[in-house]
Amino acid sequence: MDISIRQLGVRYGDVNALRGVDLEIPSGELLALLGPSGSGKTTLLRAIAGLEPVDSGQIVFGKQDATRLSVQERRVGFVFQHYALFKHMSVLDNVTFGLRMRGRDTRPPNDEIGRRGRELLELVQLGGLEDRYPNQLSGGQRQRVALARALAIEPSVLLLDEPFGALDAKVRRELRVWLRQLHDDTGYTTIFVTHDESEATELADRVVTLDAGKINTQAQPAALA
Amino acid sequence: MSSRRALSEPRAIRWLLIAITLAFLIVFLLLPLLIVFTQALSHGLGTFLRSFGDADTLAAIKLTLITAAIAVPLNSIFGIAAAWAIAKFDFRGKNLLITLIDLPFSVSPVIAGMVFVLLFGRQGWLGPWMAAHDIKIIFALPGIVLATVFVTFPFVARELIPLMQAQGTEEEQAALTLGASGFRTFWHITLPNIRWGLLYGVLLCNARAMGEFGAVSVVSGHIRGLTNTMPLQVELLYNDPGAYSAAFAVASLLALLGFVTLALKNFLEWRHGDELAALRGRT
Amino acid sequence: MNATTLPSPSAAVPMGTSVAPRAARPAKSLRRVLPGFGLSLGFTLTYLSLLVLIPLAALFLRAAGLGVDGILRELASARVQHALVLSFGGALAAAAINTVFGTLIAWTFVRYEFPGKRIFHAMIDLPFALPTAVAGIALTALYSPHGWLGAPLAQAGLKVAYTQLGIVVAMVFIGLPFVVRTLEPVLEDAEKQLEEVAATLGATRLQTVVHIILPEVLPALLTGAALAFARAVGEYGSIIFIAGNVQNVSEIAPLLIMIRLDEFNYAGATALAAAMLALSFVVLFAINMMQAWSRRHE
Repeated sequence: MDISIRQLGVRYGDVNALRGVDLEIPSGELLALLGPSGSGKTTLLRAIAGLEPVDSGQIVFGKQDATRLSVQERRVGFVFQHYALFKHMSVLDNVTFGLRMRGRDTRPPNDEIGRRGRELLELVQLGGLEDRYPNQLSGGQRQRVALARALAIEPSVLLLDEPFGALDAKVRRELRVWLRQLHDDTGYTTIFVTHDESEATELADRVVTLDAGKINTQAQPAALA
Repeated sequence: MSSRRALSEPRAIRWLLIAITLAFLIVFLLLPLLIVFTQALSHGLGTFLRSFGDADTLAAIKLTLITAAIAVPLNSIFGIAAAWAIAKFDFRGKNLLITLIDLPFSVSPVIAGMVFVLLFGRQGWLGPWMAAHDIKIIFALPGIVLATVFVTFPFVARELIPLMQAQGTEEEQAALTLGASGFRTFWHITLPNIRWGLLYGVLLCNARAMGEFGAVSVVSGHIRGLTNTMPLQVELLYNDPGAYSAAFAVASLLALLGFVTLALKNFLEWRHGDELAALRGRT
Repeated sequence: MNATTLPSPSAAVPMGTSVAPRAARPAKSLRRVLPGFGLSLGFTLTYLSLLVLIPLAALFLRAAGLGVDGILRELASARVQHALVLSFGGALAAAAINTVFGTLIAWTFVRYEFPGKRIFHAMIDLPFALPTAVAGIALTALYSPHGWLGAPLAQAGLKVAYTQLGIVVAMVFIGLPFVVRTLEPVLEDAEKQLEEVAATLGATRLQTVVHIILPEVLPALLTGAALAFARAVGEYGSIIFIAGNVQNVSEIAPLLIMIRLDEFNYAGATALAAAMLALSFVVLFAINMMQAWSRRHE
């Protein structure tokens, strides 16, 4: 799905976290939002998800104006830096949560839900760990569960907030490669936030740099190198 | 901002919950407090004030004050000593000690009083020995003090122990390197650090000491003018058909104590919250 | 009765938890850097023994003297059994009520703003601070047939004072702060991100509360309920005024203990006290187990 951000503005009190941001994201792109802390990159990501209220401007998903849609209605897949896994649920229950919470008209039958959950776990290379609990997994494994959970709802866009920030360098490098591969396999429009320039250039189709709430530069990684 | 809606309850629900909360608190907490004062003043201010002229009531007030004046400092010293030992040193059995200190909290006040009757009562362990030496513990001040000390035992300790544990030993060690003796270290370094926690603990200890009913009821013998504390006097007056409003008059004094305790407690939490164990270390 | 895992009324943290947990290490030598160890520990142990342990030992010894048979014999009377059922049943009912309303109240104070919030919030501790006898006569005056609440309730056909219902009302009064105060810090610390994730996955607000937030605060809720229960079982002053104190109807166990002592029936009193302590221990142990179970994934 194409995503359009038009003149987006977000204020916190008298601070402009985002000012007149314009961004077009073609369907299937892997986009990096790069910038120092306070640049507004996480605010932009959360605004797209509906987790931040927007003061001015528009967010368009495909042909639909999503600016007034609730978080639930937007169907975005969101992955947090610290995973935010439901620690009292098994891995499988975590992954299938979105499907299980659906209303009767859209909810698939139970065995279908289970099948989809296991498929996704295979996709993120965690097959066999369905019945484990988050506290039994490593950081890298937890992040992959969070990703599978977000993918389960077949989101319109995948949003990742510093997804590898809490992991050590080696795991981070492995997951970067793996994420790129996953993106190529699934084709979801993906936006991820990072403050690490090498991560951005290594992973993304395009890198957008933000500074103090405005877009600074947009470039293909080659141009930034 | 529609996106906000998804992360919090609809307005109607919010106001409903607030209404239920306020209704519950008013009915269950505020009304009982209010009724104490209205009943106390139901026969006019004059009658209210006269209730405190009654000799038995005055004796009860005096007894309560004396009991608290003995129990609270004793338990405070204990609390400081226990917290010092537990927080500044390592030793085996520490957790057991802490559990034991907490014990009086888990025991019904009636049982708390009862154990002293079992020890010192007429048919208690030491009963005959007491009688032989003409020492009165049960049905006299010592019994009341013992029961009160028992039920208020942990208050100061359980406030100071986590507080001092969180504060560590570095400052004390620094003081030692600078040549201060143990006592001076305690007085000049430790004590100022724990003063608000200590005050908080003393406050709660005192409120309980003055207000204790069940345990004291068991050991006191309810002798008018002699072994009735204020709470017991309230019961006495309440059961006397002609002294209904006097009962509430004395109760209103105790309610005032409770109110002041609450106010001071909140003030301490607000002003010095970071130095109180009760508010720090929320895991 | 397992005090290290049950928080105190005024501190929502078990006393045994130090902020920097250390592996247990036996004292390597008797040399300690800070002075005063011997004095403080010695005083502590002496004071503790004299004022708590020895008196409690008197109870245990007497109970042991009776033996299990002796205790069971005392407990065979209908009056005793009724008192125990009343005290424990009432305390459970009150704890259940406090769990429901305590959760609502804690939620409201943690999540919402409204005028007078500070004052109402301070009020929650009233049952801690108010002497029990005062609470007792106040509640009675309130719910008696001529009282502010008793009168309208009587019109509706509901008698509260001098009945078992009155006992439960008093128990709710004294137990409320335990649930609210134990729950509040946990609700405050509840991870907002979990709620956000649930929303992105399509869960409605209600689904999020039920499936995500409640399980997270369940351990604290159980702790609060346990504390409220324990307090209500042993409570005397707040209850005896509003209870009818009629044997086999509205006589709570602590009152019966008191009566036995007055009769110099120390054996009866001891048996009843032992039964109360044992039953409380069982219930609290069960709640501890429930708590450990609800914490199994931390």
